[in-house]
Amino acid sequence: MEHEITLVVNGVARRVSVPARRLLSDCLRHDLGLTGTHVGCEHGVCGCCTVLLDGQPVRSCLTFAVTVDGRELTTVEGLAGPDRLSPVQRAFAECHGLQCGFCTPGFLCTVTALLAENPAPTEEEVLEGVSGNLCRCTGYQNIVKAVHRAAELLAEES
Amino acid sequence: MKPPPFEYHAPGDLGAALRTLAEVRGKVLAGGQSLIPMLNMRLTAPEYLVDINRVASLGGIDVTEAGVRVGALARHSEVERAGAHPLLTRALKLVAHPVIRNRGTVVGSLVHADPAAELPAVLAVLGGSVRVARWEGHTQVVRDVPAADFFTGPMESAVQPGELAVSAFFPALGFRTGDAFEEVARRHGDYALAGVCAVVTLDEEAYVTAAKVACIGVGPVPVVVDVSEASGHCPVHELDWAEVGRLVQSAVEPEDDIHASAAYRRHLVGVLAERALWKAAREGAAIRGA
Ligand SMILES: Cc1cc2nc3c(=O)[nH]c(=O)nc-3n(C[C@H](O)[C@H](O)[C@H](O)COP(=O)(O)OP(=O)(O)OC[C@H]3O[C@@H](n4cnc5c(N)ncnc54)[C@H](O)[C@@H]3O)c2cc1C
Ligand code: FES
Ligand code: FES
Repeated sequence: MEHEITLVVNGVARRVSVPARRLLSDCLRHDLGLTGTHVGCEHGVCGCCTVLLDGQPVRSCLTFAVTVDGRELTTVEGLAGPDRLSPVQRAFAECHGLQCGFCTPGFLCTVTALLAENPAPTEEEVLEGVSGNLCRCTGYQNIVKAVHRAAELLAEES
Repeated sequence: MKPPPFEYHAPGDLGAALRTLAEVRGKVLAGGQSLIPMLNMRLTAPEYLVDINRVASLGGIDVTEAGVRVGALARHSEVERAGAHPLLTRALKLVAHPVIRNRGTVVGSLVHADPAAELPAVLAVLGGSVRVARWEGHTQVVRDVPAADFFTGPMESAVQPGELAVSAFFPALGFRTGDAFEEVARRHGDYALAGVCAVVTLDEEAYVTAAKVACIGVGPVPVVVDVSEASGHCPVHELDWAEVGRLVQSAVEPEDDIHASAAYRRHLVGVLAERALWKAAREGAAIRGA
């Protein structure tokens, strides 16, 4: 049986018909064509499918689309401003916080929410904040640097 | 890695949820942080899923002098942020990662009853309880299940098909009481290989009046060991906590699995019990101002 749901994705209400078992990650990628959200493990371990649900980071591979009917989602496609990349995105580019980019959408969403809640995190808070996201190629040093740089950019621009 | 098909129900209030459960006896979906991985890996294939995420009355954290009552939809992160119970807050920081904690529920963790999960140990060591409801005839029937009866086996709780766990109660710590949670996991955020949480109460002379631990990862359910007697004969700073740790060690019967051998787990429990008890005792003494 199909369920008619509405998801407000990156500010746009999207109506879609899905079976109950459709994972939010698959709904975003296949039904809505937003392939920025990546899928690695589908059991909550790698973090690359992380999106923002009403501003809070969640695993889209561990959420059914039907459960979040009517809610607001932000995916990596919705992070940039109209003219340029978001401070978090720019910091990742500047600090070489990505290499192949597979894990990046999850890191960007996680870090965006982390800095919204805690604009000046300590080293330890950054490590804890990104501890649920795996990167297999960049290495975490530059990712952690990027988080601190993003905090600086956000402070400068606010 | 896709969930099998199921019939989906999303009741909007508690009565509807209980009636649906009574009728279809389906699986409850709370945070989904354990159930959905199991569905994705096809380890389970329920015919019906009853999603309780729209039942607003199941949210909330109620703090009284007696303790903290946590509703079935209170997420790990909410309860952690509320900081209403020191041992619960401490244990929550060890559960998975912050992003998982944004969805996972405290009550869901208890019902899921993973032998290596932290929150069942907290409920067990505190002697808390879980409130379980079902629909019978034309009315709602509620029962409170004490922690000692709640965990019935690995991944098995006292919640029966057709029932809903509506809240859990964590009794407050008394005066001059310290707590600690020590565990060893392969990676930060993983389920622990072994863990021990401890609650220690002192008297005015810094003698232990009550000391209890609950151990995880070393039995089918949290193993509660009361070591009050073994630790009450001298002031806490003179006690041989290693010996008390060995007592705890002798009370568990861990098993081998792919993550660790039984012998290693037994070793860990001794070390972690010593560490957790000593930390809890020191904290109890500090609260007392000694
Ligand atoms: C990567 C990862 C790492 C993790 N690490 C840890 C860890 O270190 N320690 C730890 O403790 N947990 C860990 N977890 C599990 C996490 O804590 C889960 O959130 C929790 O176990 C289940 O809560 P939930 O609300 O998500 O329940 P769900 O997944 O929705 O449900 C779990 C089970 O409980 C039942 N259930 C849930 N709520 C109710 C209810 N109110 N009434 C009746 N039945 C109910 C469901 O039917 C299902 O059988 C981890 C999960 C992931 C994905
Ligand atoms: S794909 Fe969701 S956590 Fe790996
Ligand atoms: S950039 Fe390649 S996995 Fe992280």
